[in-house]
Parts: sequence; structure tokens; C-alpha cells
Amino acid sequence: MDIMPKWVDIIVVPFISVLIAAVLSALLIIAIGESPIAALNLMIEGTLFRSAGWGYMLYYTTNFIFTGLAVSVAFHAALFNIGGEGQAMIGGLGVALVCLFIPWPHWTLAIIGASIGAAVFGMVWAGLPAYLQAKRGSHIVITTIMFNFIAAGVLNFFLVDVLKPKGSMDPASANFPTTTHLPTFQDMASIFGFEKAFRSAPANVSFFIAILACAAVWYLIWRSPLGYEIRALGKSGPAARYAGVRPVKIIMIAMMISGALCGMMAINTTQGESERLILNFTEGAGFIGIAVALMGRSHPFGVLLAALLFGFLYQGGAELALWTKIPRELIVVIQALVILFTGALSLMVRAPLERFFMSLQKAKA
Amino acid sequence: MIDFLTLLQVLDSSLRLATPLLLVCLAGLFSERAGIFDIGLEGKLLAAAFVSAAFAAITGSVWIGLLAGSLASIMLSLLHGLASITLRGDQIISGVAINFLAAGLTVVVAQDMFGQGGRTPPLKSGGRFEPINFPGATSSKEMNEAGPLMQLYSELLSGHSLLVYTALLTVPLSWFILYKTRYGLRLRAVGENPAAVDTAGISVVGLRYSAVIIGGVLCGIAGAYIATSLQANFTKDMSAGRGFIALAALIFAKWRPWYALSACLLFGFFFAVDTRFQNILLPAWFLSGFLILVALGLISYVWKKDYLDKAVLGGLALGISVIAFMVIFSVWDTGISRQIKIPVVFIQSLPYVLTVVVLAGFVGKAIPPRAGGQPYVKER
Repeated sequence: MDIMPKWVDIIVVPFISVLIAAVLSALLIIAIGESPIAALNLMIEGTLFRSAGWGYMLYYTTNFIFTGLAVSVAFHAALFNIGGEGQAMIGGLGVALVCLFIPWPHWTLAIIGASIGAAVFGMVWAGLPAYLQAKRGSHIVITTIMFNFIAAGVLNFFLVDVLKPKGSMDPASANFPTTTHLPTFQDMASIFGFEKAFRSAPANVSFFIAILACAAVWYLIWRSPLGYEIRALGKSGPAARYAGVRPVKIIMIAMMISGALCGMMAINTTQGESERLILNFTEGAGFIGIAVALMGRSHPFGVLLAALLFGFLYQGGAELALWTKIPRELIVVIQALVILFTGALSLMVRAPLERFFMSLQKAKA
Repeated sequence: MIDFLTLLQVLDSSLRLATPLLLVCLAGLFSERAGIFDIGLEGKLLAAAFVSAAFAAITGSVWIGLLAGSLASIMLSLLHGLASITLRGDQIISGVAINFLAAGLTVVVAQDMFGQGGRTPPLKSGGRFEPINFPGATSSKEMNEAGPLMQLYSELLSGHSLLVYTALLTVPLSWFILYKTRYGLRLRAVGENPAAVDTAGISVVGLRYSAVIIGGVLCGIAGAYIATSLQANFTKDMSAGRGFIALAALIFAKWRPWYALSACLLFGFFFAVDTRFQNILLPAWFLSGFLILVALGLISYVWKKDYLDKAVLGGLALGISVIAFMVIFSVWDTGISRQIKIPVVFIQSLPYVLTVVVLAGFVGKAIPPRAGGQPYVKER
């Protein structure tokens, strides 16, 4: 079964896929009439050579870790959660309700409450499609897409008709009380005497929660009995059933964990950055989670690396849009190419490599 | 109460808004009937809209625009085919990638070509599909004085662009191809049981490619329609989720052409109502009564089911009844017959909610083609 050594599968295949995506993007940049090398330099300078650049990058990375992990957990159960966007929106609603209506004495308690609110709301929003898949056989891809649109409607309704302060024109909730505001990287650096670091960048403590979530998902998937059942169901439904795994239960649990992770993205965007609930705060992060999970091979460490790469691309893309003729949407193209080559066209990358290793084995024998 | 002419105007606008949905829905129908799931309809629609608007703007000819838009859409279909038929990749992932590719590329290229923030320049008269006025139809100025039959003729039937009539004709054509030709029989068979088709010596790959190409053409026409007829230029993300609504309509229509027409007209009607009426008023008793009925229906359904059904659907019923009682509570002082304003987002969300209900199989179960989503492997 294993034609290729494991390291080729884990490192070389994603690397080649990303390389192809990079080459194609470079060609696109040339076609626009800019220099890809200069663009890359600009992206690196704007992101990695300034602490504020890091602050923006890690802010995006936090979102992508949550959504990437969410898609990964569902992938392990052979479910495609395309509804991360909707689950994150409803998670944001949970964060807003918790932050606005509970008088928190300190942010350390508020972040625990907001995380629970976000996770529960995301869980409920993923639970319905999961139930429909598990009990009624409705295709989870279609139902989660529909739930994205319904979530947008629900969020819109709450912002326009319920949470909007009187007299305000903006479809947004009131500002959260200051006791719920999360310390940013700038605040944290100031404690150690670096007042100028990460100036006005949105990255905040929820980055560390994202890292914790990586560790928790790793433990869940590879070290816990539940993770074993999730993976067994994902690899082979009939075999898992024969071994006593209850598919209905596992589909429900896997999707609800996935929804909870997507929902928790909102503590970064809503509690951490905007400090009130706004429309479109998800900015497509739920979909980027698909690219991140595919590139990270559904492993939490891979997800972390892929989320860093996409965080870099998003911050770098903003720099490009600011200083060159290259619009921000270039990043969407790169994202599409990554999804295409690591996901749908992976055989195109794998088949020649497999042939190469097959011939190596034959030469040995 | 609304008058007859207003009703006609709403229906007229439903028809116009349903047209792109219908074309994209039929595109999905061909593809999915051949066993290829197509989440990338949205992307193809968007790409076709941009390319047709760009070519129509440059050449001044809407026909060249239509042709170029269709070609762009076919290219994306072939990419989907390459990924999901030839390379046996995941069809869903391929579709997602195509959506992003179109969303990104259209803006990048539009910005580079025209430098107007991802838009194309507005089209002049030759670059658009103009409305066709039937002989003897009254102009809109004299519409109020005309008789009801004349109003029906002039407002609803006459005055659409060529592509609206084309879309309507595509329905019987699709039905004929799918159900009355040898090709259609084979196409439907390849979506149910590709191995049987293969055994009969017919190329599964060829049939599936032909299906996605037909889908490409239909998405191309739909894209040209939204960019050169419904609007007069391309704007960023102008497909606005229509590809997904068409997908919803396809499920609602249970993968059948005539049902697709009614599903798309229904969804088009929702959009027309949504754009025409800012406030939809319903009596409070009606609204809360309806919600309580739905909740009671759910509770009676789960009465003898297991605890998961009780937890999920019971919870849903609880949520619905809470909304119903909040409605009653809010009109407690002014009387139960007061009119309640329905937020427009609920009308907008209705197509998706209905699709989920149909998918759940509580009202007429939707069963997709059996081999859908699985790549065909000739030999194990």
C-alpha cells in the first residue's frame, strides 16, 4: 500500500503543490505587468520585517487555525464541513450576547465565557446539518452551504433589528464593555517594556487559545478513543460499524466539535479585534479553512503551518494592494490554486512521484 | 390589497430574476444527472458574466460577449472534468476551488484591463441584449389604461430579452434530451450506475465530459444574461450566490427539468417580492399560529422517535415556539390582530430553508443520482 515513504507524502507532495500554485501566481503577476520577485520582497518586508506586520499576520493566522482545525476534524470523519462561515457567524452572535449581557469583572473570565458562548452557538449551528446527515441522509455539503446563507440572514436580523443601539445607522451591536476587551500583542509586549512593538496590530491573546486548540485536536484525534472512532468511521464506514462504532453518534460529535471550533474564531475577530459584533466579520475565513486543512493534511501541526502561510499571504496581499497595482483578490486566486493542487488535482502531483518511487523499489529488488 | 398590475409587475420581475437561476439549475442538472457534483456553478456563472461583459464592452457586440463568456465557462467545466473525471479527484473540492478561482481572477483581470476597481465599463446599446417587444404590446406609459389581458400580454409575456425566452425553451429541450433520446438515457444511466454503462461498451468518461460541457454552455448563457441584460456591466461578486441558489433549486426540483422551472420561478418570486416590498406585514395571530403549528408538527413527529430526534427536533420546536410566544407577547397590549412586520432577511432566507426541509425529507424526499460524487474507476 505504501509506495512512497511517509516523508514524501507529508512534506514533498504539499510542497510541490504549493510550488505549482506559486509559479502560476507569479505568471499572473507578470501578466499584470508587475515583477513577482519585487512583489514577494514587498510581502516579506511588509509582513516579517515589521512587528506590526507580524501582528496582522498572526491575527489572520488565528482565524485560519480555528477554521482549518474545524475542517480537519470533519475530514477525519469523512465529512466535508463547508459551513464554517455560517458557524463562525453564529459563534460571533454567541460572543456578542455573552459579552454584552453578562457583567464580566475581568477579561480572563470574559474570554472563558465568550469561548463557551461561541463554541455552543457554533455547535448548535453545525448540529442541525449533522443531524440531517446522520439520521436523514441529507448531504452535509449542501445543507452546510444552505446554513451559511441562513446564518447570514440570522446575523443580519440580529444586527439590524435586535442588537443595534437606538439611533445608530450602522448594522452593528453596541461596543462591548471594556472589561471584556482582550489584551493585544501590543499590550502584552508593553508589560515587558517594548511599548513600540506590534503597534495597533489586531493580534491578541486568542492566538494562544488557537495554539491550545491545535494541541487539543491533536490529542483528540490521535490519542483519545473518540478520535480513534472518528478516524475509523472516516476510513471505512462499514468496518467501523462492524467494530461497534455508532455512525450517528460519531457524525454528530465530529460535526459539533467542528462547529465549535469555527464558532471560536469569533473570540479573535469579535471580542479581540472589533470589540463589537459587525456584519461580514468572518471575511471568508470559513472557506480558507478548507485550503488550510487540505494543505495541512488535516494534521494540527500541518494546519498551524498552513495557517501561518495563509496569514502571511493575507497580510502580504494587503501590502501589495497598498503599494502596487496588484489587487487583494490575487490572494483569493492563490488560495484557489492551493485548494486545486493539494485537493482536487492531487493525483497530478502524486502519480509521477509514485511512479518514481515504484521504479526505485524495482531497481532495489 | 395589491392591484392586478402590481402583481403582474412582480411576476415579470420574478421571471427576469428566475432566468439565470433556471439556466444554472439546468447546467447543474445535466452535470449531476451524469454523476458529477458541481459546487462550482457559482464560479462558472461569475466567470462567464465577467468575460461576456468584458468582450461586449471591447468589441461592442453582445454576441461576441456571449460566445466568449460561454467559452470561459466551458474552460472551467473542463478543469472540473479534468480534476473529477480524469484525475478522479474530489468533486466538491474541485468545485470549491473553481469558485475561488473565478472570484479572484475576475477582479484581478478586470482591474488590470479596465482599472475601475474590478468593474467593467457600462455597456452601450449594441453591447446588451435588449428587450424584445411583441407586436401590438403597449408601452409602459399607457400600461395603466390598458385592459387586464393587454397588461398581461405587454407586461409579463412581452418585453424580455432574448435570453429569457431561450432559458424558457431550454426546459422542454432538456426534458426531451434527457428523457426522449438515446443520449439522455445513457446520461441518466451513467449517473446511476456507470459500471453498467461501461459494460454496454459506452464511454463513461466521454458521457461525463459531454455533460459538464453542456453545463458550461448553460452557465455561460446565464453569466452573459446577468452581465449584459439584467445589468449593464460586470461588478465584483455579481453572481451573489445565484449558483448556490440554483443548486438549492436543483434539489428542490429533485433533479427534473420541469420541476426545475417551477422551483426557479418560485425562488425568483421570493427575490422579486423581496426587492419590491420593503415591509411585509402579517397579522400577529396568523404568524404565531403558523409557528405553533410547525412546532406541534415537529413534536408529534418525534413523539415515538429516539432521544437524538427528540433532542434536535424537540429543541427546534422549542425555539420556534419561543419565537411564536415572543410575537404574541409583543402585541399583548394592542391586540392579537395587529400587523407584524416580517424582516426582509426571512424572505431572503426562505429558499435555503425550504431546500433544507426538502433535503431532510419531511416533505417529499429528494434522492440524488446514486453514483453522484464518486469518480468512476474502471478496474480495481
